[in-house]
Amino acid sequence: MYDVVIIGAGVVGGMIARTLSKYDLQICILEKENDVAMGATKANSAIVHAGFDAHEGSLKARLNVRGSQMMETVCRELGVKYINNGSLVIGFDEDDRATIQALYQRGIENGVAQLRVVDKAALKQLEPNISDNAVCALVAPTGAIVCPYDLTIAAIGNAMDNGAELKCNFSVENIQKTENGYKVFSCNDCVESRFVINCAGLYSDKIAAMIGDDSICVHPRKGEYILLDKECGNLVSHTIFQTPSKMGKGILVSLTVDGNLLLGPTSVDIQDKENKNTSEEGFADILEKAQMSLQAIPGGKAITSFCGLRAVGNTGDFIITAPQKGFIHTAGIESPGLSASPAIAEYVTNMLKDNGLTLTEKAGYNPIRVSSHAFREASMEEKNRMIREEPAYGRIVCRCEGVTEGEILDAIRRNPKATDLDGVKRRTRAQMGRCQGGFCSPYIIELLAAQLQIPYECVTKFGGASTINIGKTKGGQLQ
Amino acid sequence: MRDLVIIGGGPAGMSAAIAAYESGIRDILILERDAQLGGILQQCIHNGFGLHNFGEELTGPEYAWKYEKQVRQLGIERKLNTMVLDLTEDKVITATNSEEGIFQIQAKAVILAMGCRERSKGALNIAGSRPAGIFSAGTAQKFINMKGYLPGKNVVILGSGDIGLIMARRMTLEGAKVHAVCELMPYSGGLARNIAQCLDDFGIELKLSHTVVEIHGKDRVEGVTIAKVDENRKPIAATREYIPCDTLLLSVGLIPENELSKAANVNLCRTTNGAVVDQDRQTSVPGIFACGNVLHVHDLVDFVSQEAEIAGKAAAEYVNQVQEASANIPLTTDGKIRYTVPQVITKKKDVTVYFRVGDIYKNVKINVFDGEKLVLSRKRPKVAPGEMESITIKAEQLEAATQLHFALEVM
Repeated sequence: MYDVVIIGAGVVGGMIARTLSKYDLQICILEKENDVAMGATKANSAIVHAGFDAHEGSLKARLNVRGSQMMETVCRELGVKYINNGSLVIGFDEDDRATIQALYQRGIENGVAQLRVVDKAALKQLEPNISDNAVCALVAPTGAIVCPYDLTIAAIGNAMDNGAELKCNFSVENIQKTENGYKVFSCNDCVESRFVINCAGLYSDKIAAMIGDDSICVHPRKGEYILLDKECGNLVSHTIFQTPSKMGKGILVSLTVDGNLLLGPTSVDIQDKENKNTSEEGFADILEKAQMSLQAIPGGKAITSFCGLRAVGNTGDFIITAPQKGFIHTAGIESPGLSASPAIAEYVTNMLKDNGLTLTEKAGYNPIRVSSHAFREASMEEKNRMIREEPAYGRIVCRCEGVTEGEILDAIRRNPKATDLDGVKRRTRAQMGRCQGGFCSPYIIELLAAQLQIPYECVTKFGGASTINIGKTKGGQLQ
Repeated sequence: MRDLVIIGGGPAGMSAAIAAYESGIRDILILERDAQLGGILQQCIHNGFGLHNFGEELTGPEYAWKYEKQVRQLGIERKLNTMVLDLTEDKVITATNSEEGIFQIQAKAVILAMGCRERSKGALNIAGSRPAGIFSAGTAQKFINMKGYLPGKNVVILGSGDIGLIMARRMTLEGAKVHAVCELMPYSGGLARNIAQCLDDFGIELKLSHTVVEIHGKDRVEGVTIAKVDENRKPIAATREYIPCDTLLLSVGLIPENELSKAANVNLCRTTNGAVVDQDRQTSVPGIFACGNVLHVHDLVDFVSQEAEIAGKAAAEYVNQVQEASANIPLTTDGKIRYTVPQVITKKKDVTVYFRVGDIYKNVKINVFDGEKLVLSRKRPKVAPGEMESITIKAEQLEAATQLHFALEVM
């Protein structure tokens, strides 16, 4: 019997788990995929929004501004890269200028600090590579960037280090109300809990329906992105938005915490919640619109492209409700969900308290997690000390990103444990460089197979049927 | 302080080390990131290596062993499992391994011999999903030849580079079915002999002017959509064709790995993606030399070994401060000839210039001009982008030269 079961190991579920892990509670996180951070959390703009976008008085506005204020501390405790680079909304004409003025006013109403509107000359000083057609901009110095899956992995790892459990490959099929709480079933497992929190992202409507709540409807909105090589990372320093208009929200250009340049997203409402396909039209659309913001975008420097699905709700606002005793929904957490996630966790914790959950602070709670980047960021003396203790830190496995065997072993051994190639990639950056795993993946598979004690051919890219090899060659078993 | 440090223990690094030793220096160190010498040759278990240098068809490991044996006999020092992290213009090398941790070496001369890598899928921006089952051809080669595992049974190959062609045959021999090899260009970038021996002999279709436009499958590749491309290399929608398969191999080009060269402020050539070098394979940084696939992608390893000998000998002379009369003759090309190596001649002695062309041409003359004056001209029945060409210029032909322009003339 758990005190709290959280359905969904995205950034919202992860931040809630971490916040609750400071109390004396039995917590379990259920995730349908083979790893955490696999839904909307995996592929988005990676922005900590300042909070001028959401309408005054909405939950989105309130939790965005609060979350943005909390984020730096959370990242410092969890050893997650956070860069307070500031955001710009650039305008190209008088209509845009009016919209920017309205955004400024809304931001003030929402409590966003340090906002200001600048003209062309000041904008050029802030961003020398900005398009000559940009005439004004809203400057939001509190805007920041963070890596969403790094944050989620760290939050869940920290929650687990403080006693929370994680069950991956647990796809919730049914929920039964019991006398003291709920029974949550997968096709072959069951957990029981006093409280259940629905953080199922795109599927939070499906989870709600399992307790007879048909009020929520979530649909996917597709967003394609193009990631450019690190050599393009110095083209801008701020996150650059275009002014939203009748034509859409525009395409953003942003630095990432790892120094790449990110372009996107497209915005297309679709039906299929599993359709993360990129498209030729998407690439063209992104490049064409991004060109409007900067003087020149080197499209040829693309190193990868990807697609994410935003979980768009049916109310226009975040849906954070307690439809019945012991059950809380967090649904429709689209943008600014990442920015708001620490505040959502705080908000949900208070709701649980109001619903009768006793929160007793736990002795020995440790909010600090050793950063995944600890070895990479250490001094040469410190690295040599670590290599003497663990020689695997002296062996480079991923030559492009300079990732050592020691760091990969850490990723496989630490909470939440990487059990597939993509899991290692998100935790260490191995396979994320120029060769995209061409050289190192055969070796990483060897490390995974040895640590997990599974055959080499059973190692997957991201769980399920995503195996890398189908068996031994003719010289071995396969005939 | 070491006399000569060679970064990379593949065919280029080993051949350079032996040549440097034979030129009289002894304080030589090879730094190799892998657990053994030989580089990419270790996974190239097919034959065809060594025809030029040894007059026999060796496998990759056999070819490598000929050099490794000499390295061992000469007692040339090497550190294995050692990755070079940084190189400065002053020739300070930072490297790491498990035994010594991170350490630095000051070298008098450095030879860059890091090889190349395969172009990855990301750079291609193919639409569709991102399932398991997409590999560069060299990665599949490593799985099969080094690890003993088969990455798939139904294969489509994009790109007709040599590794892709070799893998079409290799996977067929392992019982897989290769449904097609698609090549974006109207000609293959691979060697003619590989097309004959790896595709034609096994009845595998080479679809020229075709590309993969979409990848299908959720967990594992389930199929790809291919299409013919027009003269601007844009896919023609009406020719889209779905091929069910579980594996997509990419053989879409090789890129010299010059991150360390960049760190050392070595000038790079935009066409080769390797260093700009003189006839001694010396880069723009005095005392730093480059050879093998890190300098420009070769078609045959025999030529890698030959080039590395030049670099090894020259590095030894640099260490021993052998000076020769200096010249500065830049080499330029007409575009039909894409590049030359070397790009500059600084000593007036016999020099063999290597080059590649950008298209297939028949019955051509390679003309070398000094201004208006034709210095020399050589006929070729056929030249192709997949095959490296060379031409030797005699010392006396360089006597009055101020610059040399390489032009291709179709007869």
